[in-house]
Amino acid sequence: MQDPPIARGFRGKRPPPTANDRIPPGQHLTHDFPVLSAGPTPTLRLESWSFALQAGGALLGKWSWSEFEALPQTQVKVDIHCVTTWSKLDTTWQGVTIDTLLEVAGISEPPQPYAMLHCDGGYTTNVPVADLLAGKAMIATRYEGKPMSPEHGGPARLLVPHLYFWKSAKWVRRLRFIEHDEPGFWESLGYHLYGDPWREQRYAGD
Amino acid sequence: MRETDTALADRPRLQWRTAEVVRVIDETPRVRSLVLSVPGWPAHRAGQHVDVRLTAADGYQAQRSYSIASAPEAPQLTLTVERIDDGEVSPYLATEARAGDRFEVRGPIGGYFVWTAALGGPLLLIAGGSGIAPLMAMLRHRAVAASDVPSVLIYSSRTFADIIYREELDRMAALSDGPRVFHTLTRQQPAGWSGGARRIDREMLAEVAIAPGRHPRAFVCGPTSLVEQAARSLLALGHTANRIKTERFGPTGA
Repeated sequence: MQDPPIARGFRGKRPPPTANDRIPPGQHLTHDFPVLSAGPTPTLRLESWSFALQAGGALLGKWSWSEFEALPQTQVKVDIHCVTTWSKLDTTWQGVTIDTLLEVAGISEPPQPYAMLHCDGGYTTNVPVADLLAGKAMIATRYEGKPMSPEHGGPARLLVPHLYFWKSAKWVRRLRFIEHDEPGFWESLGYHLYGDPWREQRYAGD
Repeated sequence: MRETDTALADRPRLQWRTAEVVRVIDETPRVRSLVLSVPGWPAHRAGQHVDVRLTAADGYQAQRSYSIASAPEAPQLTLTVERIDDGEVSPYLATEARAGDRFEVRGPIGGYFVWTAALGGPLLLIAGGSGIAPLMAMLRHRAVAASDVPSVLIYSSRTFADIIYREELDRMAALSDGPRVFHTLTRQQPAGWSGGARRIDREMLAEVAIAPGRHPRAFVCGPTSLVEQAARSLLALGHTANRIKTERFGPTGA
């Protein structure tokens, strides 16, 4: 492969050496929390919120906001990586892990190997079920100890921090198990089906 | 694997391509456009963006996304970049880069915040600051394609001097089938200013935007606070959520 051209006069800002091994290729550190969404921010009363687990047409479990809040809670501190190249370290989230949801719903084995997440506003994203289990993902309702703001996906968003952050779908309402992997919203528009930041899987074919 | 799986797995990878700066246009004190020659550049659609990758002499690299400001029909690719003082890539692009400099671009990226003349209108464009760039690609495309879809641009800038593409927008607006352009200046207005003098809000949109009954396609791009406010106001006025497409940049302050 040809060497990339040198941008004359470009020095760049190097990340602190301590953070280096936590920043995937092509990413840079940010201390802000940028907001990126494809449409208007949905506003929703908590009384009309619910979260559902579904397989095919069958409902496996459904929780109102108060029921969801009463489920066993998990807190995590994780690094997050947005495909637009920012990474943010040591973010704190609280919510209910997908493991807990399956357990509470009485499901010992996930019925199908892939999942599609469905959100208010029509957003969808696909994730292999294996990436949602063993504590790797949760339906998060708190960010830095506070209820999540609507711009950042409140009342609840998926948190699956080992994948690019578009997979951590905002305003999530439904997890549907599916037999075959299918592209969600951004995945249909040229973004990578899986989205591993450490393999820099930003776009289709990466 | 089903057929669709195979098709998805086989989507070709977007290649990094070398871009050479052909010309630099100072748009405002903080904003420059870079006109780039990119051999092999595939056609983009108005509203899409590119990833830019800069490589330092020692091999260090940094990459960021920028909206494309040029029409798909334009022979060269134009990016319009606002200098973020504590940024890494934008100070280089908006201050240092000059004709003959080279870096890499990859794209086009994004297939949602996109308008083509074939989609029709009416077109309701709402921009804040350098968020005008992808909307300008749409207006330039509209002009080149000789589209006469009714179009309105509502554009918020801090001061008169901060208006990007001001003369080109004036020229477009002066044409009989050109877009209607409404400027609002949030910090300071020149004497005799007849445009808006505050941030974009519901009352302003009720007054100058295309009415919801005409079902415009709305594209909103700018800082998060502006986009949130404008999108919320459009919904309150009766525009439908699936006709409102947004691109946000900048922190929320949260």
